[in-house]
Formats: sequence, structure tokens, C-alpha cells
Amino acid sequence: MRKGKRTVRIFGGGVLFAVSVGFVVLPMLLSAAASFMAEDELAFRYLEVLELGRAPVRAALLPSYPTAEPYRELLLHSPGFFIMFWNSCLQVFSVLAGQLLVGMPAAWAFARFRFPGKKALFFLYLILMVMPFQVMMAPSYLILDRLGLLDTHLAVIVPGIFSTFPVYIMERFFESIPNSLLEAAYMDGAGELTVFFRVGIPMGFPGIMTALLLDFFEYWNALEQPLTFLKNKELWPLSLYLPNVTADKASLAFAAGMITVLLPALLYLNGQTWLEQGISGTGVKE
Amino acid sequence: MKIKYSSISARGSKRAWPFLLPGLAGVSIFVVLPFLDTVRRSGGPSVYREVLENRAFRLAAGNTLRFMGTALPLLMAVSFLLSLLVYRCAGKRSLFKTVLVLPVAVPAAGVVLLWRMVFCRDGILNGLTGLSVDWIRGPQSFAVLVFVYLWKNVGYQMLLWLAALAGIPDELYEAAEVDGAGELKKLLYITIPQVKRSAGMILFLAVINSFKVFREAYIVAGPYPHERLYLLQHLFNHWFLGMEIEKMSAAAVLLTAVIGGTLGLFAAAAFMGTEKQKAEQTAKQKRKRKGEQEV
Repeated sequence: MRKGKRTVRIFGGGVLFAVSVGFVVLPMLLSAAASFMAEDELAFRYLEVLELGRAPVRAALLPSYPTAEPYRELLLHSPGFFIMFWNSCLQVFSVLAGQLLVGMPAAWAFARFRFPGKKALFFLYLILMVMPFQVMMAPSYLILDRLGLLDTHLAVIVPGIFSTFPVYIMERFFESIPNSLLEAAYMDGAGELTVFFRVGIPMGFPGIMTALLLDFFEYWNALEQPLTFLKNKELWPLSLYLPNVTADKASLAFAAGMITVLLPALLYLNGQTWLEQGISGTGVKE
Repeated sequence: MKIKYSSISARGSKRAWPFLLPGLAGVSIFVVLPFLDTVRRSGGPSVYREVLENRAFRLAAGNTLRFMGTALPLLMAVSFLLSLLVYRCAGKRSLFKTVLVLPVAVPAAGVVLLWRMVFCRDGILNGLTGLSVDWIRGPQSFAVLVFVYLWKNVGYQMLLWLAALAGIPDELYEAAEVDGAGELKKLLYITIPQVKRSAGMILFLAVINSFKVFREAYIVAGPYPHERLYLLQHLFNHWFLGMEIEKMSAAAVLLTAVIGGTLGLFAAAAFMGTEKQKAEQTAKQKRKRKGEQEV
């Protein structure tokens, strides 16, 4: 029996290794390698990938003549790219700050209070959470137009702040705080705000971090919102750089892709523990 | 114990509103009211009939349903298998877990070129298999979209399953081992029944992410993909560009009704499930108490 268990272990480990390397590590290495290639090597290897012509793809895990030129070009000599990077930062971090300001208290209200219509309201939040962007496309456009927000950063930021997904995630965590802990705080004469700040936020921290991380990934990846609400390309975020890259800048595309991935990947690696706790907390409880 | 509980429930509406109101006001102004306006704009039954009979709508709805019908079961199964492997064969802080969840963080724009590299006509996949399939523009692009969705979401779903697995008490397995149950029997009679309760929630989160696959579809295949890849999201975009607000509104209302209805059924089923469980538990406790009294 012992032996059987070991075989299972080794076999399972092998499958995991193959899947991780084959589907994540190798693809990432391929992209990273391509980002360090000069124009002529890219033309030789990835002509069709860059939609410049037809030639067999000659993939390589290492560039033959590594160069940081594409990065230099992008970061130092492409003001357009730079602006898009900052647009992304501005839009994403404003959304996250807004969610902390209005979403977190709402989650607290759903988790810790009883009020008439609570269940119906929460169900509404759930429906809004599932709804694909396109359902709200026309209504959002019309309201943003009426408020004069179209073609400003706020057109992407404001609807993002009121998305209900982070409320749902934080609610799960606030709900799991033991009653006795809150009772103790109330007994000591703490007010609602004190309890929220001193007990709720620290205890719900993994949930809050998870909501923020997942929403960072979501809005860093925003495509539909800026495409619909921002006609002025000077307001476009980084996520729209690659889909619109022109032929003369094609050699910078791989480097641009890597820079787009870099920030979310670093945040993921740093916040992984919270993310794991947070994601676990959202799925198990009924 | 009971007194404590009532003191919590006494923290009722008045104290909840200051926390809830700012968010709720925003949701009302930017989502609920505009949506109600949409319902008004969608016009009468004739528009709904027109939408339902529209060829593009039927195509897009069919494709979207087929995508969900294919991708959701696959995602659930693959992520469950991976979670079993990670749970049994790797440590808690396993590097495998880190690597497999990484795609959650990767934005669509960061991998477009990679997918083109693999799937274009002279790409890696065709090169390895000796085929000459047009994976991006041809009918096979549907399979590519399913793959890309799996790639992006399998790690996230795996974490959800792992949490469900961690909730199974070890004693159950130990008892089964004493009875001589093998790996397969333990899986069938302990693991699967135990994680079933979480499956609904896990599926719910998978559905949310399934709508977001449009980004990959849009970036890799453009706004006018192959007919088999034409999703509801594409249709909404085209109607939006054509300023067909009436049709869009009617379709939005239809889609919301379907989503809300399905979610309502789910919620009702989950509610009945917990009620049943509660009833079973109280019955058990009663029996137990009776037994104790008799002893």
C-alpha cells in the first residue's frame, strides 16, 4: 500500500511538472526571449506572428543576438507608450481606491447588519456581478454622456468603482469574523466605525487584498470599457497598445507585451498568499 | 449565547445605511437606473420578436451557449483533476501552484503574440503536428478560444477546488483506509460527494469569467472573427456601432432575464440544499439525544 501511494505521488508530480512547464513556463520564456530580439531576428523568426507576411515560425527559447534595444526604444523614445502606461496606472489605481472607499463599507453592511431587503439587494449585486459588460454598454454610455463624463478618465473609473464583484469577495470575509470578537469590541464601548476599522478591516484583510488584486488584474486588462467610452486615444490605457500596434512599431510589440505583464505578475507573486486565502474563502462557504 | 446573538441582530437598519448608502447610490445611478431606462427603450414585443428572429442574434446566442457548454464542463473537470494532483502530490507552498495560477494575472494584451505564435498558419502547433489548419481565422478558432479560456482560468478554479478539498476531514479517509478502500473508491465515495457542495459556487465564478473571454477573442481574431466564433459580445459591439439601441436594449433585457433566472434557480436549489441539511442534522441530533436518554 505504501508503495502504491508513492507511485501515485511520483506520477502526479510528473503530470504537474509537465503541465506547468509545457503550458506556463515555456510560453512565458518564448515571449520573454522574443522581447530581447532585434528587428531582423524578429523578421526571421516571427514574421507571421507580427502580421508582416507569411513565413514559418522559428520559435526560440533564447535570442541568437540578445539586445535590450526594443525596451530602450519603448521606454525612452516612445512618448505614446509612456502616456498609455500612466493612463493605465491612473485609471486602475483610482478604481481600486474608490472601491475601498465605497465597496468595502457596503460589504461590511451586507455582512454584519440586518436590514429589510438585504437578501434581495445582495441577489441584485450577484446578478450585476455576472452580467457581461456588453449588457450595460448602451445604458452606461448614455448615462456617462448625460453626465458629461465621456472621453474623460472618469468614464472608465466611475463605473469601475461601483462594480459589485469586490463587494461580494469582501463580504465573504467580513461574514466569517466570529461574532464573539465583535461583541467584545461593542462591550468595550466601541462605536460602529471603531469596530469597522479596528476589527473588521484587520480581520478581513485577506479578502480585501484579494478583491484589490483581482480587480487590479481585471482593470489592467480593461478592453471593452476604454474602447467604448474613450474616443480620444490620448486617454487610452496600456491594454489597448498591442491590439493597435502599427507595422512600423511591430518590432516593439513583444517588449510592450512583457512590460504589460510585468506589473500584474509582480503583484501576483507578492500577494500570492493573500490571493490564495482570499480565493479559497470565496468558494467554499455556501 | 442567545443574548449575544440578539444583540448583534439589534444592530439593524439604521446603523447599516451609512455603510451601505454610498455604494448603493453609485450602483443605482450608474447601473440600476440606466438599466431600467434600457428596459423602457427596448420597446414593445415586436422588437423582442425581431431580435429573437434575427439571424445574427441566433448565431451569436448559439455560439455563446455552445462555448459555455463546452468550456465550463472542461474547466471544471480539468481544474478539479489538477487540484487533486496538487493536493495529493505537492506541498502546501508548492511551486506548481504558483506557476499554474500565474495566468490569472496575465492580461490578454500580454499573450496575444504568444497565441499567434502557437496558432497561426505556419505556427508552432501546425509545425509540431504537421497540420495546416488556420486556427485563428478558420472554424477551429472555437477550439482555440476554449483553450485560451482554460489556460487563463484553470489556476483560479483550482484554488477554489483546493479550498473545498482542504475542508474534508482526514478522519473520513482514515476510516476508509481501515476498511481497505483504494484511491479510486476514496475519490468516488468521499472526495466527490464532499466537494459537491462547493461545486455550485465554483461554477458560478467560472461563468463570470467565461464572459470575459471576449477580450482574447477580440484581440486575437479581431472584431469580425470566423462565424463559429461570433459571440453575443461581438453582436452587441456591432449593434452599438450601428446605433441600434432598441435591439441592443431588447437583447440586454433578454440576457439579463436568462442570467437572473438561472441564478435564481441556483440560489433556490442551494437554499433547499442547506434546509435539507439542517433538517437532517436536527433529526440526527434528536436521534442522538434520544439514544443518550435511553442509555
